[in-house]
Amino acid sequence: MTRLVVVGNGMAGARVVEEILKRAPGRFEITMFGAEIYGNYNRILLSNVLNGSQAAADIFMNPLAWYEEHGITLHAGVRATRIDRERRVVIGAPLRKDALAYAADAAAEGGAALIEAPYDHVIIATGARPFVPPIDGFDGPGAFLFRTIDDCDRIADYAKGRRRAAVVGGGLLGLEAARGLLTHEVEVTVLEAAPQLMMAQLDTESGDMLRATISGMGMKVLTNTITTRIIRSGDQVTRLDFADGTSLDTDMVVVSAGIRPITEIATASGLTVNKGIVCNDQMQTSDPDIFALGECVEHRGATYGLVEPIWGMANVLADVITGTNANAAYLGSKLGTKLKVMGVELASMGETRSADEGDEVVVYREPRLGIYKKLIVRNDRIAGAILLGETEAASTLMQMFMAGSAVPDRRADLFFGSPTGVALLKASDLPDNAQICNCNGISKRQIVEAIETKGCKSVTKVGACTKAGLGCGSCKGLVAQLLEAYLGEVGYDPTEHYYVPGVPLEKSQLVAEIRSRGLKSVSAVFQELAGGVEDPGSKVGLASLLKTLWPGEYDDERDARFINDRVHANIQKDGTFSVVPRIYAGVTTADELMRIAQVAVKYSVPMVKFTGGQRIDLLGIKKDDLPGVWKDLGMPSGHAYTKSFRTCKSCVGTDFCRYGVGDSIGMAQQIERRFQGIESPHKMKLATAGCPRNCSEALVKDIGAVAIEGGRWEIYVGGAAGGTIRKGDLLCTVATQDEVLATVGRFIQYYREHGRYLERTYHFLERIGVDNLRKILVEDSLGICAQLDASIQKAVDAYRDPWQEAQRPAYHAQFNEAELAYTLEVAENNG
Amino acid sequence: MVETIETSMVNLGSVSRIPLGQGRCYVVGAEEIAVFRQRDGRLFATQNRCPHRQGPLSEGVMGAGQLICPLHSHKFDLQDGAGAEHGECLMVYGVEERKGEILLRMNSGRKAC
Repeated sequence: MTRLVVVGNGMAGARVVEEILKRAPGRFEITMFGAEIYGNYNRILLSNVLNGSQAAADIFMNPLAWYEEHGITLHAGVRATRIDRERRVVIGAPLRKDALAYAADAAAEGGAALIEAPYDHVIIATGARPFVPPIDGFDGPGAFLFRTIDDCDRIADYAKGRRRAAVVGGGLLGLEAARGLLTHEVEVTVLEAAPQLMMAQLDTESGDMLRATISGMGMKVLTNTITTRIIRSGDQVTRLDFADGTSLDTDMVVVSAGIRPITEIATASGLTVNKGIVCNDQMQTSDPDIFALGECVEHRGATYGLVEPIWGMANVLADVITGTNANAAYLGSKLGTKLKVMGVELASMGETRSADEGDEVVVYREPRLGIYKKLIVRNDRIAGAILLGETEAASTLMQMFMAGSAVPDRRADLFFGSPTGVALLKASDLPDNAQICNCNGISKRQIVEAIETKGCKSVTKVGACTKAGLGCGSCKGLVAQLLEAYLGEVGYDPTEHYYVPGVPLEKSQLVAEIRSRGLKSVSAVFQELAGGVEDPGSKVGLASLLKTLWPGEYDDERDARFINDRVHANIQKDGTFSVVPRIYAGVTTADELMRIAQVAVKYSVPMVKFTGGQRIDLLGIKKDDLPGVWKDLGMPSGHAYTKSFRTCKSCVGTDFCRYGVGDSIGMAQQIERRFQGIESPHKMKLATAGCPRNCSEALVKDIGAVAIEGGRWEIYVGGAAGGTIRKGDLLCTVATQDEVLATVGRFIQYYREHGRYLERTYHFLERIGVDNLRKILVEDSLGICAQLDASIQKAVDAYRDPWQEAQRPAYHAQFNEAELAYTLEVAENNG
Repeated sequence: MVETIETSMVNLGSVSRIPLGQGRCYVVGAEEIAVFRQRDGRLFATQNRCPHRQGPLSEGVMGAGQLICPLHSHKFDLQDGAGAEHGECLMVYGVEERKGEILLRMNSGRKAC
């Protein structure tokens, strides 16, 4: 086997080993030296460890077991000091336990034997160490660097009980350290030598805006401030002195002022070293058997401090060293980052300042909101961009920047989208490794592969093959573009129009068949319309439709229902349930509240929470407690678990509010009492507002009724304020509460009859069109309003509170938890 | 006539204790086993926890030898345990109905991945 010695066990060292193992498992005998005593961890997440939002254990990428599994010899806590290129061995010295892993003068364990590892190839991945500007008194208690897990521990420990901390360095890392410190309840002052924050990512103006924003959050920022001396009283830090003669009182100081490549081993071994260890495009140092990657490297004059270049170098190095592609070349990385600094969204890529006479600089600023957007365009390509405070455009810009795509003629479209809605990004122009589906991490290459080799001809099929578009769905347009580009057209897939996949009929055909054949159960539908073949993926949708079509007559086979509808509660991630009793229009009584409180105590409910729908959620209820909880509550189901009418929020309306012009509470209570629990293609959340101030958010509800002067009501439909945000469309204005009830009922019934399963009202509305809907429901252009009114009345009449099943379960073992099996009972059976 | 039953078999009691077309969870020793009773009378047995996020599979919707996890709708073949998601599969066990009772063969567990 080829002997490979990897010097450095950080993100770069571990990543390149992973890449090599992928390409040539078992080919190399691998030895790794790591100065830190841990397996490698994700340094990017260190500030989360410092602010306590992640435990140190959570950021390990390869636990120690990983090294064993792959037969890797790991010398942890050992620093490789020299490569003896004559004898072809790497020499390592065990570090003292308390040594700072990255310190140039880290003390070796006295008397410990040196470790020698023979090699055929060496990879140096020593990374970088914090840069410490010349500050008198830095070596002493109360002054820290911010680079390793141990640093985090020391800083957090020391911060306990102290009042003030200073961070030297206003760059990315400095601000991260400052953010971490804030959670330890110290006052934080950031000290930056340059005239602005984040020199590498921001220009002067955006740097100043960021400073203003984070100053507003209670963190102090001093720019143009060079720290020269740390003053102590005894062993306590008391003050920092600055070059301009001023000073700052503080109890501790953290230095995070950039990094410098760690190159001692290369120098000691006679390799060419400049700012970093000099490498060619194959990641070879001046000795072709010795490679290097990561922050310790200087490539084409550049050094890097972000992870993307590491991934790129690791790929090339692995290709070269395994012979997978001996000519693979790393050509440098374009740098872009998207991050949150102190809660402020920021994206930055490429250059921050225009460098060329011919550059076009496009800037949009809205200082009151802390929004700043800047674009540097050179030869119709993005040379650099900054987005501060609002970064929705970042992924498009980043794709275009990385791919070097031409930008649209109207540059503003890059910030604000195209007014015509035409997609800015041409999927066909993107590089193969561009990520199309950001929810599931699917690249263009994977999608094209599905189209070309797996015969996926529609967006749905591509989704089924790759999972692209199955998250938030916003990439479906790009997937369709790719289909068009590679097939010439987006395939028509009739199954896309089936109401459920297991019965080959569109909704209107399916409804007609169910009605004419009188099919009242899901099993009957499979029997009659699907050749007797059950399809579990179709059961739940069919059950919903049948309940809509046969109010009071539907044969409720519970196996066809989702667990929520079997037990009338919402399943949680741990298998417990949430219980939301109905609180009509958000108006409750002292008596109800006391019962809720008693239930919470009696059943040790882990969480009691107000919902967004003006109700109270009891979370973490065990399945076998559900009947007891319902009985003790003595309140009807709030249906917060099913695809149906959920709730109708209200504002205080005319009872107490001095602005109200309509009785929104009374209206909402009537609506909720009438339509509670009515099944529909998807959930419906409603609201009424007592005046156009819209405090109950009626304009962004599936249906909203807004009182206006003159005792009239405006009815809005198709609003949304969840994953999709959409203002409802005004369907009509009516004069009385009865008319509100009638119109709401008509809309609900039409949606029930014509909505696709799991199609929310806002998609339904866009499909049908509000003008069309107004003709049908208000002007009765199809002459079906009387029938709609009668059908919804029938559904209302058929309503039964499902929580009555507490008294009489619908089927055996409905609320039973897991059953204990007794193995002893059946040793033998002499029948 | 003497009928013997292997000692590794566990009698889970009457088949009617599982609602038709549904599943039920049984705790056998330290294992949670989901047993399903399909509408055509066929029985299936699998591990109860979904390999994705430990959803309780016995609460899932099933039919035609397939199962859908109640938490995130990951799908599995009840016959061999194969999952629709890459790298996910279930331990499946032999199970049969004899004289109206469910007999589970605990030592027959096998996994497709």
